[in-house]
Amino acid sequence: MLRFGMVGLGKMGLSHFAIVNTHPGVKVAACCEQNAYLTDVLTKYTGLKCYDDTDRMLQNEQLDAVLIATPSRLHAQLVDKALERNLHVFCEKPFVLHVADGERLASKAEAKGLVNQVGYHYRFVGAFQEAARIVRSGALGKVHHIRAEAFGPVVLRPKGSTWRSSKDEGGGALYDYACHVLDLINFVHTPPVSVGGVAINSLFSRDVADEVYCTMNFRDGATGQLSVNWSDESCRKMTTKISVWGTNGRLSADRQECQIYLRAPHPAVPDCKGGWISRYTTDLTQPVWYYLRGEEYSAQIDYFVKAIESRSRDNVNSFRSALQTDKLVEMILAQANGRPAVPVTAAASVRPRGFWARVFG
Amino acid sequence: MMDRVLFGDNQFFGVNHMSEEKARAQAMRFQDLQAVIDVLDAAYQEGIRTFMCTTHERVEEICDYFRANRDKYPDYQFYPCMPYAHKYANAVTEDGMIGALRKFLPEDGAVGAMFRGGVALASKDVEVVAKMLVDAEMKMFHGLSTPVIFIQNVITDLLLGLGMKDAFRMFADHVRNRYNAEPGFITMNLPRLLDVLEEIGIDNPIVCANINKIDFRMCGGRDLYEKTIAARRFRPVAMSVLASGALSPREAIEYVCGQPKIESIVFGASSRGNIRQTKQLIDELTVKAAALV
Repeated sequence: MLRFGMVGLGKMGLSHFAIVNTHPGVKVAACCEQNAYLTDVLTKYTGLKCYDDTDRMLQNEQLDAVLIATPSRLHAQLVDKALERNLHVFCEKPFVLHVADGERLASKAEAKGLVNQVGYHYRFVGAFQEAARIVRSGALGKVHHIRAEAFGPVVLRPKGSTWRSSKDEGGGALYDYACHVLDLINFVHTPPVSVGGVAINSLFSRDVADEVYCTMNFRDGATGQLSVNWSDESCRKMTTKISVWGTNGRLSADRQECQIYLRAPHPAVPDCKGGWISRYTTDLTQPVWYYLRGEEYSAQIDYFVKAIESRSRDNVNSFRSALQTDKLVEMILAQANGRPAVPVTAAASVRPRGFWARVFG
Repeated sequence: MMDRVLFGDNQFFGVNHMSEEKARAQAMRFQDLQAVIDVLDAAYQEGIRTFMCTTHERVEEICDYFRANRDKYPDYQFYPCMPYAHKYANAVTEDGMIGALRKFLPEDGAVGAMFRGGVALASKDVEVVAKMLVDAEMKMFHGLSTPVIFIQNVITDLLLGLGMKDAFRMFADHVRNRYNAEPGFITMNLPRLLDVLEEIGIDNPIVCANINKIDFRMCGGRDLYEKTIAARRFRPVAMSVLASGALSPREAIEYVCGQPKIESIVFGASSRGNIRQTKQLIDELTVKAAALV
């Protein structure tokens, strides 16, 4: 039985806790959370041992692993503390806010031989796994363009009072939405080597980006476009889609299905004789022992547990892998920094100028 | 006794487990209230008089319609499923957990004032807060028949995972006392939930879960589900029976009707033809299964 410590019980942290708590191979030994109301309620109704100080939890509890789901700016120091005590670490996305921290922590985890994983759960969604498999198989021919997008209804009014609306804490659509999409691109194809045409704007938020757009260039000559907007009320929830064009066809994948068009048959897609086929989540999804919000959330936890048990050193979503996404964020920010302000034209916008223009003058 | 066939609402609110495109097309079609009413009316004409629906804000308009047309639908009833989770999830992102809680609690009444004054918060009185949240969700159904009130699976399964067993008891008590209704629980983790409900003494509970031939979102697997349905004391409501269209309707319904003791089957559809076909299949195969027993 592995003993887990949960650090941070916000929206993702609570969901992780509920899942980890049901895993047959894990015992949640304790949690650490600053919201005293929540921890008092949990202690009262579930008997969970709660701390408000991570150092004390790490000192007092015999743990095998920690799951970190705090505001993003705290990730680096908490991961470091856990590694220092030779604990396996699952960290929510984004991994870290500064690439230098990420380099150091990835190397540290690798040197110590500890399992390290970041919560990019799209890599555990059947339709995206299928997209990655098909693209890697070469069935689409030479890939020449990738379009990746995410839209959702998170910030629809000019307000916001949590860390997700603070740029210094890793908030905003860049960290909350774009990271997922960038990681998906890395997963399905390869990381872009450069970005350009960056547009980062706030529509309703005071301090962070609500929309992010850029073009991308890949090592193999392919190009791509990223479109992310978390102020889109027309979507019921976060809706992510990746489309890949190659010389032998294209595919589009979202959480529900993977649609494939092949000009000529390919052994990787034996049931496609040419033209369109669709593969649905009902066929692509592997069952999990416990379901909450989507199989992928449970699947990534189970994967982490099994990686610890099997002493795997080559897991999906490793710190090293997630660091590639953090590097892309840094590239996008650097590009944005060097560009003049782009006025936001949305009628409802409370700020007439682009977000980065305000930050960097 | 619940009706054998219940009408679901996913199609009205852009929920489709197979296709985002289809979900959007449905959301567009059903943004007009009349289009929703037409489908509910078609279902009613086919003999389906129970609407099992989330507490999506748009359900309020539907409630208004049925309140205004009692004569036309004298026996119509709602099975509210609460809450519509995305509105909470988005609010938590925007306002934090406590902020979101405040946002959804009623502004009027002594209890609301107490909460805003911080009394319930300070005493960690989860029961008071839980009751207020249920009441806030139930407001839109005032004056309508709501004999069964469900908790949505995202909340059931969150509480189940956290081990907040008492919350189920609080919900059941409040729904019985305040609304004279039976509590219902929607879950993706049927066997585990039954263990907990049994442990806290909720006898013969109404539990709605995915029950389909292809094992879609049935945690623990089809074999365990079949054994659970056959052997344990609860009142099963089968959902996702068509597995989002992955099965032929006859094959799908045959499987569900073949399971003993399933009390009700909930399904959603957008056309009169599909509603009729599914309803007739359930009627036909229910009779056939009963004859076999």
